[in-house]
Amino acid sequence: MRGDNPKDVLFEKATAVFAFGVLFLAVLLFALLVRESVPAIRKFGAAFLVTKTWDPVAENFGALPFIYGTLVSSFIALLIAVPLAVGSAIFINEFAPEWLKNPVSFLAELLAAIPSVIYGLWGIFVLVPVLRDLLMKPAAHYLGWIPLFKGPVYGPSMLAAGVLLSIMIIPFILSVSREVLATVPRLQKEAVLSLGGTHWEMIRIVIGQHCIPGIFGATVLGLGRALGETMAVTMVIGNRPEIFFSIFQPGYSMAAVIANEFTEATGQLYLSALVEIGLVLFLITFVANLAAKGILNTMVARAGRGL
Amino acid sequence: MENALQVKDLCAWFGDHQVLKNITMDIRRNSVTSVMGPSGCGKSTFIRCLNRMHDLTPGFRVAGDVLFDGRNIYSEKIDPVLLRRKVGMVFQQPNPFPRMSAFENVAVGLKFNGKKRSRAEMAETVEKSLRMAALWDELKDHLGRPGSSLSGGQQQRLCIARALAVEPEVLLMDEPCSALDPMSTAKIEELIEDLSDKYTIVVVTHNMQQAGRISDYVAFFLLGDLIEMDKAAKIFTNPADKRTEEYITGRFG
Amino acid sequence: MESIAFRRRAADRVTRGLFALSAFVVILPLFLIFFDLLWKGARELKWTLLTDLPHPVGEPGGGIANGILGTLSIAGLAMAGGIPMAVMAGIYLAEYGRGKFASAVRFAVDTLTGVPSIIMGIFGYVLWVLPMKRFSAWAAAASLAMIFIPIVVRTTEEMLKTVPASVREAALALGIERWKTTLFITVRTATAGIVTGILLAMARIIGETAPLLFTALGNQFWQSGLDQPIAAIPLQVFNYAISPYDDWHDKAWAGALVLIGMVLAISGGARYFTRVRK
Ligand SMILES: Nc1ncnc2c1ncn2[C@@H]1O[C@H](COP(=O)(O)OP(=O)(O)OP(=O)(O)O)[C@@H](O)[C@H]1O
Ligand SMILES: [Mg+2]
Repeated sequence: MRGDNPKDVLFEKATAVFAFGVLFLAVLLFALLVRESVPAIRKFGAAFLVTKTWDPVAENFGALPFIYGTLVSSFIALLIAVPLAVGSAIFINEFAPEWLKNPVSFLAELLAAIPSVIYGLWGIFVLVPVLRDLLMKPAAHYLGWIPLFKGPVYGPSMLAAGVLLSIMIIPFILSVSREVLATVPRLQKEAVLSLGGTHWEMIRIVIGQHCIPGIFGATVLGLGRALGETMAVTMVIGNRPEIFFSIFQPGYSMAAVIANEFTEATGQLYLSALVEIGLVLFLITFVANLAAKGILNTMVARAGRGL
Repeated sequence: MENALQVKDLCAWFGDHQVLKNITMDIRRNSVTSVMGPSGCGKSTFIRCLNRMHDLTPGFRVAGDVLFDGRNIYSEKIDPVLLRRKVGMVFQQPNPFPRMSAFENVAVGLKFNGKKRSRAEMAETVEKSLRMAALWDELKDHLGRPGSSLSGGQQQRLCIARALAVEPEVLLMDEPCSALDPMSTAKIEELIEDLSDKYTIVVVTHNMQQAGRISDYVAFFLLGDLIEMDKAAKIFTNPADKRTEEYITGRFG
Repeated sequence: MESIAFRRRAADRVTRGLFALSAFVVILPLFLIFFDLLWKGARELKWTLLTDLPHPVGEPGGGIANGILGTLSIAGLAMAGGIPMAVMAGIYLAEYGRGKFASAVRFAVDTLTGVPSIIMGIFGYVLWVLPMKRFSAWAAAASLAMIFIPIVVRTTEEMLKTVPASVREAALALGIERWKTTLFITVRTATAGIVTGILLAMARIIGETAPLLFTALGNQFWQSGLDQPIAAIPLQVFNYAISPYDDWHDKAWAGALVLIGMVLAISGGARYFTRVRK
């Protein structure tokens, strides 16, 4: 039993058509990526994902250096971003005086509004020189015997990309972490305090019990962001399609190689290989976002049940 | 015809939960009928059946007839939109449209119900409706104010004016005073009495005194059954059913 | 006993300090970036920046006027196509969206929201540049619309859901048809929120670079049509930044300053609308 007025039905149908349009766009995107990847998939098969060669002249393509670079730079970014973001979230939610809460979270949100090309610009001219001279050179000098910190130091590097990425993803991890922290029932916190616990003990206990899955979800969400970030990474990672163990060495990422080489990709196979990298990137971010959402939803559902 | 609405064997369900059981009653034209009963007995559900406000509630189902002007409002041929223009409704919480001025709030029904009207006609109807709702004098110089900036009592009268502006025959009111202070309540009660010359009014109320003051007829509901319905004086002095008496004397619910 | 209590209190102090420090470290880059933008961007920030075409290397002066026009054209096209589609889809989800189809649409919206913007560039390229055999504003707009639409669908749905059921009921009880209720009452009630969402999405696409690289391509001159390669500020900033010339680096900073100015102005506008709503 519903409004069977013909105009109402027409209007509902009209909105449904647009909703279908959005669904269609998503399917179209995936379909186009697959269609354009077919030549590369045919030619290289699964080996594409584990081959190190990237030779446009010989039309021999493997995505491993890019996958490696994307994963390593994102991992470095998480390593830096998660403690800082969670720490700030705890500061804002638990310790900051009332007058400071809004300004701090506003400023952190502002970081998310800066276009990534501006991060890249700042990275090239400010961050990379600073990292190179103050961190990487001395470290390579004294700790160069550790493979991870081996020179020579150029500046653009996996580390620079990771640091820049960390700044960019912090706002996302921060805001989700704050939401996660806010789901802790007040009673629980007060219970710990009333037992004579200090504020820090309360946080340690409550977070240990409640927030770890949620913070993990926030981390995976940040990962989803980091994996697909293009301009900033392109501008500071060094763009060398090789795999170096040292984080002071240049690398390359999936998004960056697409950005740099797409317009030059003259051969059909070259283009197809780049689109396939796009397809792989699409799938990886898709899985990361899905996982993050799953984790956070379970968390919210649990909080809803008062667990 | 002397009955504005005739309800015959009306049953209603939310999913499997039956909320109304074989309700049969006649509602007199140009009278005030109060619907009373303990919380959850189905009063709101009942009056919302009278203008098909449940149409969009998923899982809701009715059986039986509700005749308006002799025609079953649940028949295929009735357009619920047209029905609601004839059977208006005022809700428990005043709900003026938040982003519209007082004037627009009253004019909105006219504006969207198809017929073209000039500005002057529109202004005339708004004034007439506000006068009927006893709000004109307070508001005539502030018609541009947002409806939601008025006091609660004014908002409720604005909602009444809004309902009157589309010229209904029946006005359904679901606890129209329960969110208001005593002064505003008195105003609305007075208004209901005045309006009953021209309109058929069905009002849900929890307040015994109020029902006594304003109603010509009283219907008493209990757990989805209509226990009894009669002239107000009869119900309050000499109810036929023991349960009605218990409720009225406060030994109940 | 004493010393245990002391240790606990000390741990409390230290961790407090660490949390405060992390918040400081988080917002420090913001200040550094804005400082550098103003400091380095101011050098080239003249009127001609906004009114002139770019000059070749070594020739002083010159501006990014074509980039400003290009960015506005591309964003305008993306929004012209994106707003009706996204708002209508949002209306569908909020007002009628139960069941499997609606869940599928929501899933699609979530998925699109998470897609890296460079992939939207591939979309525009394959959909438009390949068949038309030329880079164009249209292709760039298609890419940006793919970023714009899911954001606006989501905010529209959320904003419409904040409109209380009592508003819809009041309208229906007046005998207003449902479609008119939705379009002229519910949507109107949520307009401020929807506009905020649209502005935030606009701020987002205006700063996007990656999707433009191989759709808009860039252009040294004024655009001669929407089916031609077109300049955009983010592309200019990128190209100047990676060039080997110092005077171009200055232009990159100036362009970045203009870009962030636009982004912040639009987000600020969005905040203004949110305030009005309250
Ligand atoms: N939308 C709904 N979905 C499911 N059940 C409902 C719904 N609305 C009401 N009910 C149920 O129907 C029964 C009657 O509710 P109704 O609102 O008609 O009572 P009422 O007499 O108006 O009570 P009150 O005096 O508290 O307003 C209740 O048991 C209620 O839980
Ligand atoms: Mg009720």
